[in-house]
Amino acid sequence: MTKYRFWSIVVIACSIWAAFFVFNGAPFKLGLDLSGGTHLVYRADTSGVDSGDIESAMTSLRDTIERRVNLFGVAEPIVQVEQGGAFEGEKEQRLIVELPGVTDVDEAVKKIGETPILEFKLLNQDSGEFVSTGLSGSRLERAELRFDSNQIGSAPIVGLKFNSEGQVLFSQITRENTGKVLGIFLDGILLQAPYIKEEISGGEAVITGSFTVDEAKQIVRDLNYGALPMPVELIGTETIGATLGGEALSSGVKAAVVGLLLVALFMIVWYRLPGFISVLALSVYVIAMLLLFKIIPVTLTAAGIAGFIISIGMAIDANIIIFERLKELKTRNVGGAEAVGESFKHAWSAIRDGQLTTFLGAIVLFWFGTSSVEGFALVLGLGTLVSVWSSMFVSRIFMFSIYLKN
Amino acid sequence: MFAVKNRKIFFAISGVMLLVSYTLMLIWGFNVGTDFKGGTIVEVKYTENVPEKSVIEEALKGLNLGDASVRRAGETGFIVRMKDLSADDQELLKSAMSVNNAYPYELERLNSVGPTIGKELTEKAWVAIVVIIIITILFIAYAFRGVSFSKGKGVSSWVYGFVSIVALIHDITIPAVAAVIFGKFLGMEVDALFVTALLSLLGYSINDTIIIFDRIRENLKENQERNLGESFENTVGKSLSQTYGRSINTSLTVFLVLVSLLVLGSASVKFFILTLIIGTIAGVYSSIFLAAPLLVEINNRRRK
Repeated sequence: MTKYRFWSIVVIACSIWAAFFVFNGAPFKLGLDLSGGTHLVYRADTSGVDSGDIESAMTSLRDTIERRVNLFGVAEPIVQVEQGGAFEGEKEQRLIVELPGVTDVDEAVKKIGETPILEFKLLNQDSGEFVSTGLSGSRLERAELRFDSNQIGSAPIVGLKFNSEGQVLFSQITRENTGKVLGIFLDGILLQAPYIKEEISGGEAVITGSFTVDEAKQIVRDLNYGALPMPVELIGTETIGATLGGEALSSGVKAAVVGLLLVALFMIVWYRLPGFISVLALSVYVIAMLLLFKIIPVTLTAAGIAGFIISIGMAIDANIIIFERLKELKTRNVGGAEAVGESFKHAWSAIRDGQLTTFLGAIVLFWFGTSSVEGFALVLGLGTLVSVWSSMFVSRIFMFSIYLKN
Repeated sequence: MFAVKNRKIFFAISGVMLLVSYTLMLIWGFNVGTDFKGGTIVEVKYTENVPEKSVIEEALKGLNLGDASVRRAGETGFIVRMKDLSADDQELLKSAMSVNNAYPYELERLNSVGPTIGKELTEKAWVAIVVIIIITILFIAYAFRGVSFSKGKGVSSWVYGFVSIVALIHDITIPAVAAVIFGKFLGMEVDALFVTALLSLLGYSINDTIIIFDRIRENLKENQERNLGESFENTVGKSLSQTYGRSINTSLTVFLVLVSLLVLGSASVKFFILTLIIGTIAGVYSSIFLAAPLLVEINNRRRK
């Protein structure tokens, strides 16, 4: 019994500490339906890309679009690659863009949809500004990763090959501007600023610099797909106004609090002392879940909050199973710690099988896709795991701390 | 005992309910939302003066973007549905909604879904439901594997699995037909959230059925250990009366939270919650009046 009391105190102390962290720490991550914003789904046309290169092409596309999205000054945008499409056949390559707070889809789409622009600009030494040379990505045939054998350890370098027009223009620029700095820009951002050593007439150039293999690969990818961007097509948009989002959040939280209070009231009125203990255990459950939401972090959506509230119902179910058994034993004149132990033992198989099927269901739901459903499934899945812990460990030690051996 | 003794009556009730449900589904069909069939949905709230429905319809006709359905939403809001639109056309739609800035509004949501995404979601929804059902039957057959006793008592664990599937189908049919009825009269749309509700009901309903099966398992074991020779029918009846309290109290707590969500929660999840409430009730009903009595029925027929 002292053992149970000791652990009860540990759990309560940890919960109080966790509650402070949950309510005073960084805010929860909110989904677009609660914060307001725009969700865009693009389909990438990969028909011009070798199947082996699709992954790197998509990464490059994502990086490019991420750079552009960052130019909007949106807080915490999300850009991610997703595979969609039917079960059989070729997987469709998609790009998901989430822009919290943005409701002007057209402007966002225009900024994202521009093909990446590769430009070569000369540095004007007097003004310190880069001046356009007229040479752009449309005149690049391809870029490739090479290794400079002249150097010890063969440093990675980036090889550029221009098309015939580009070749003429490039040799002219390098001839007239030997000794100057030629800036290479992708989407207006300076990628590299190599120094022109001599005229280059063969239509080929290298960018040397002290970069790692990964950096060089990245530049090659940017240059290739900057020069030959994959076409993207917008296939779905979703915009949620800020008012609707805010309303959904505050009403969801209010509903959760009221629902919890009602359940607590019911449990205490119906089951008295054990009911009160289960409310304590339930509070520990709620704090543990909120803590997990912050640590993982789980992006909360309206459906996710609903899932959380449903999981509370399931967590309390475990307690009800145990208390009903306790009542039953009482009619057979079994009481005290013995009855508590019996109840937990018998209830375990029901709780295990029940929660396990719900957990399996949550896994299927999680796979089911679309962000709102995923949020719901994640919360539900976590809920089953945490509720098994809260009923079989937390409730148990609380009960044993109070019910003396008699 | 009541549910087991009068099982024929409850089978008849369940049968009629399912029959009516499938008939309504066939006749009226689901009001399928943009999530599944693709298309655009826009919801606005007018901040100053609220235009007549016909004014909005007129403005939308001027866009030449195909048919649009306009529906009132609350005091000052409207919901418009049409085919899926490009970003440019969405801007045209947005300005048409304000009828050349005559009626300023706040945008609540604007979703436009292409047909591919919708088709994919439909496929995934079906696969998810089938996968959950298969997992369930396998899991129950496994979890209750020790339950069939050779002494002529009880049924094999596969029957437990099969019976829970019957209960499952019942438990998603009832909320599904509710969606058909709400779709017909209240404009409820079947969307991704609805499928989420059905899938979580599958989990909940199974949970409910398992609690009762677990008790039957325990009582059967006890009977065998003590060599009581109680009939299967009586065992099931006893197990049911031992779990009534739990079934009702648990459903009540779930019910309390769901109702508080329905009353206080966001409008966007109203139908989601309503579906869950109806499914919860159907779930309690089916575990007590359908699943357990069905075990008895199958057992009795086998013995004949």
